[in-house]
Amino acid sequence: MIFKVFSKKELPRLFDVIAVNRVVGPVQKGTNKDGNPLHTFEEVRDFAELSLDYKTTILSAKRFVLPFHETLCTFRVTENGWEKDVDFNVRGPTVFFGLHACDINAFNRLDKVLMESVYPTPYYASKRKNMFIIGTNCEPQPYCFCRSMGTDTALHGFDLFLTDIGDRYFAEVQSATAYNFLLQIKTADPKEKDHQRYIDVVAEKNRKFTAHVDNTDLTKILDMEFQSRAWKEWGDKCLSCGTCASVCPTCYCYGVEETVDMNAAGARKTKSLHSCNLIDFAEVAGGHNFRPERHSRLKYRYYHKHRGFVEAFEESLCVGCGRCGEACLADITVPEVIASVRGEGH
Amino acid sequence: MDNRLPFVDIMEEGGTHRRHDDIGSFEYTYKAEIMNIYPMTANEKLYQIQIIEPDRRNRFTFQPGQFVMLEIPGVGEAPFSISSSPIRHGFVELCIRNVGNLTGFLARMQRGAQIGIRGPFGTQFPVGEMEGSDVLLVAGGLGIVPLRAAILTVLENRSRYGGVDIVYGAKTPSELLFTYQYDMWRKFDINLSIIVETPDDTWKGPTGFLTRILEDRVAQAGANFAAGTYAIVCGPPVMFKFVCGMLTRAGMPMQKMFVSLERRMHCGRGKCCRCNIGSTYTCLKGPVFDYWSIMNLKEAI
Repeated sequence: MIFKVFSKKELPRLFDVIAVNRVVGPVQKGTNKDGNPLHTFEEVRDFAELSLDYKTTILSAKRFVLPFHETLCTFRVTENGWEKDVDFNVRGPTVFFGLHACDINAFNRLDKVLMESVYPTPYYASKRKNMFIIGTNCEPQPYCFCRSMGTDTALHGFDLFLTDIGDRYFAEVQSATAYNFLLQIKTADPKEKDHQRYIDVVAEKNRKFTAHVDNTDLTKILDMEFQSRAWKEWGDKCLSCGTCASVCPTCYCYGVEETVDMNAAGARKTKSLHSCNLIDFAEVAGGHNFRPERHSRLKYRYYHKHRGFVEAFEESLCVGCGRCGEACLADITVPEVIASVRGEGH
Repeated sequence: MDNRLPFVDIMEEGGTHRRHDDIGSFEYTYKAEIMNIYPMTANEKLYQIQIIEPDRRNRFTFQPGQFVMLEIPGVGEAPFSISSSPIRHGFVELCIRNVGNLTGFLARMQRGAQIGIRGPFGTQFPVGEMEGSDVLLVAGGLGIVPLRAAILTVLENRSRYGGVDIVYGAKTPSELLFTYQYDMWRKFDINLSIIVETPDDTWKGPTGFLTRILEDRVAQAGANFAAGTYAIVCGPPVMFKFVCGMLTRAGMPMQKMFVSLERRMHCGRGKCCRCNIGSTYTCLKGPVFDYWSIMNLKEAI
């Protein structure tokens, strides 16, 4: 791997070099009731719009690759029947300026099921393959448990990763394109004291984690505790609103709906992201629902994230960003649910 | 019971090019024509569907137990088990109950209409592996629909199988499906038993649950039953527990019993998650599972 350091003053220049492309980054959208800033990922045109010191965003960057609604295809009525026109809805390359490690890892994990398994989906791949990612380091928040999920650092899945080491950035360069961009600003090779400063910054970050999840034998424990009372208790609190799935950087399940155009000359097939907590998730024609109770749906969500995905890909689908717990109206958080299922605090 | 582990020959699995890996065909739909519609009961019709384009029709093959997504542009798409023999390429028979939005629309369609099909998807009944063995096919209600693909395959390759038993149960005589084929199946050396829960005035056969017939079968079975028989069980989930439990007690190994599960599906390709059982995709690892896999799936049955 190639490392560089550059002065903080150089970052706006790097932005200008890159900004001939569409750039998406963290911007402040407003403030919450306590006056704290709320951030979101938006398209930006000026470096000044970016809030690179953001703590987290309410919605993840998922929507740029998995839009909440997406037209999968359209149909045209023709003389002999119909024709199907497929469009993967890709807008060309996009630079993601300032993703945290959890969100980079979220894309890496989505890749496994959406791109690297059987039936790779072109709707995802077309956008994913058009991402240029600049990662930035972050400060653990009370809800962050990425360290437990092995996602507090990103090993791959970015072009450039910047760590703030005081007056300068310590940059990991993982693509030739990123290297070429860096040639256009003033950089230097890191010295021994830069290495030491980087190690200190990471060590300091690691000391700040307060939320943890014990993943030891979790796949087995989830099976053993399938009938645990804890599920029922969390299920009674759950509002089945699906907010957790909306804010989650790795929830990818969806529903498909077809509609006829108003002029009846065509139709379209639309994919909408869904949530396994919504009541109709597993309901079949005729009305039978395989998961009619709230707790069975909530439990399923944990099964998919923390058991099924681990079985299939040797790592959890949850990246520990903590967004679901922050957004949950019923105060259901992953660390608490898993601790209770493990029998801690009961 | 023979406890020796079977030898797994990895060379048998092969490594042919699969449509699975082709990113370009993800959203591909075969244009197909409804060639004929055969009303079978008050609620179910048999749709004969043929892929229109001759080249694609010839290349379209499937295995018994697999399903297709049937798409009506502007209305929607849904998964249906193929009910016909795999011998005819690009031609499928789907037996569909009028129960929801899509199937309600389909019930009003006429032959000659153009629809779409995608697939085939999912796992299959191990009809090849079953060769040389006795075969016990158990269907409850609509379960006869996926099972019929296996029945026809066995019939078309009759010399390769030992005794073939079908046990089929329905709620009432008027709900029996494929009645026009029973004589033929019997004449082609299949032992077909049919039982209904609630008889009508015309019914002369046995009444009750199909487990009644099955109990007799198991009781009459010779020493070879446990070791030399494969079973396929299709029907409502509640039936699996009773039937597979009974067969397990009779000594049949779990990996020789196969069931076909039904779930909601929006893609058929392991992406939408709607069909997940616990966290297993029914569309990829199923719909056909052996009973051992089912035992290991939470909330499967």
